[in-house]
Amino acid sequence: MPETFILIPGRTSRQGTTLNEGKYTDDYKDETNTLIASGDDMRRLGIADGDLVRMWNEVGSVVLPCKSASAGEMPSGLLFISYGPTSCHLMKAETHGSGMPDSKGMDVFLERVATG
Amino acid sequence: MSVAEQTQESTLPSLTIVKDAACTFCGCVCDDMELTVENNRITKAKNACVLGKAWFLNHHIDDRPDATIKGQPVSYEEAIEYAADILLNARNPVTYGLSDTTCEAQRVAVAITDWVGGTVDTTTSVCHGPSGMAFQGVGEVTATLGEIKNRADCVIYWGGNPAESHPRHFTRYSLTPKGQFLPNGRKDRYAVLIDVRKTKSAKAMDEFIQIKPRCDFELIWAMRALAKGVEVGPEIEQKTGVPLAQLQALVDRMKTAKFGVILFGMGLTMTRGKHMNTEAVLSLARDLNKFTRWTAKPMRGHGNVTGADNVVSWSTGYPFGVNLSRGYPRFNPGEYTTSDLLLRGEADAAMIIASDPMSNFCQQARDHFVRIPTIVLDPKLSESAKVATVAFTTATYGINVAGTAYRMDDVPIYLRPAFQSKYRSDYEILKAIETRIRERQLAAS
Repeated sequence: MPETFILIPGRTSRQGTTLNEGKYTDDYKDETNTLIASGDDMRRLGIADGDLVRMWNEVGSVVLPCKSASAGEMPSGLLFISYGPTSCHLMKAETHGSGMPDSKGMDVFLERVATG
Repeated sequence: MSVAEQTQESTLPSLTIVKDAACTFCGCVCDDMELTVENNRITKAKNACVLGKAWFLNHHIDDRPDATIKGQPVSYEEAIEYAADILLNARNPVTYGLSDTTCEAQRVAVAITDWVGGTVDTTTSVCHGPSGMAFQGVGEVTATLGEIKNRADCVIYWGGNPAESHPRHFTRYSLTPKGQFLPNGRKDRYAVLIDVRKTKSAKAMDEFIQIKPRCDFELIWAMRALAKGVEVGPEIEQKTGVPLAQLQALVDRMKTAKFGVILFGMGLTMTRGKHMNTEAVLSLARDLNKFTRWTAKPMRGHGNVTGADNVVSWSTGYPFGVNLSRGYPRFNPGEYTTSDLLLRGEADAAMIIASDPMSNFCQQARDHFVRIPTIVLDPKLSESAKVATVAFTTATYGINVAGTAYRMDDVPIYLRPAFQSKYRSDYEILKAIETRIRERQLAAS
């Protein structure tokens, strides 16, 4: 049974700099298509640094590499990804009367797919 | 260009120094850039942060047609006529984007939307739109970044990571600079980060408070209670992850500060609770004014998203998501916001200025976007420009185009361009569309 996590997309320095280099550059795609998880969660799920994982919810599904967060950065149960096309692929349409879709704090499932 | 100094003869490769240029990549709009321009490339960007350097040094002018219709190059005049056709024939067109263009262009975009009875919305609706709703709900105790620099001895960053998203905010405005009433700069300030993730910003703080996801509202409400002397139970730790004693100590410190500010990010607006979260923060700042001086400001992202709020507000009375179809403005987020208009299939045409909904919107909204006639103005061949019915290649504001942008604290900054682009500005194109629409409307009447 895959575990549920809370996904937080957000800005990073590299996301900002590579955005200026171009949305179609390898660096931008790499930055916005890499998942960051806590070391504890990765060990528990048998995910090594760079392994491919599948992350999905009722909106969509993505397969991407997973890397370990720095020590103390992320609590267990939380995932982080640089804001971009991949995170938007999982974004729900509902705005709850605000105009703003739930772009942070998305419920997602996660499982290991393959060695990176 | 009055601010530029030509340092060599025109027969030699051109070298221009542009002083006091403004960086429009993020909402800080730092206006102390010194740009070195060689042969239409910016080769140095003195004073720029890592994001600003990437913004300036990577800037180049694409070699694309001035305009296309359905992907085929056409004359500028044909494209203007076709764009006017689209907007005049639509029953419910939406104008969207606007956060990466000048206020002068934003003003014309609002006017066009008014002439054709459409909806004008900006990227605020998927950024700090909930904050805009909260301002209307409970008001805003505000301050400029200058006041924060000179006075704020207690600074709380909530749900944001300025070290990476606004790299010079700490050093130019809110944390390390010496101020009129803070002669020792950083030593005179107490700084706190409240976030679900221990980001790089945490290293610059005196205190980091790690909150459980989706518990911002509960934590803020508990702080409001503590500030008013209402008892809060120790179970607040189980709910939010923050021990009561730590929370009490923070509130006590806030009440005894001389001037405090809460700088909040999209960790509040993009997550569950949205405008309720920001209403709570604004209310907390308001409450604390019974004891001392407190303010709250959103950390705005795009270079002129604050200008978009200002221009749409002083044009229509509302900051975003404004429908003008009845001849007077109606504001209703969730109904007149672009993501909703597209995903419900209500918009029958769209004009996008300097934004890329095909990259950032939900799939249902994207699906509808490609079904309707669209006009896209963008310096780059974005995903939205690729599928646009009419696409205009534009000059980049701030680098190639002069004008006005508003800093995140609602202070207008004049933009000094580094060099000219061969493409037209958003303002020129929008003005031409507006002119053509009015000519045809007047002829028809």
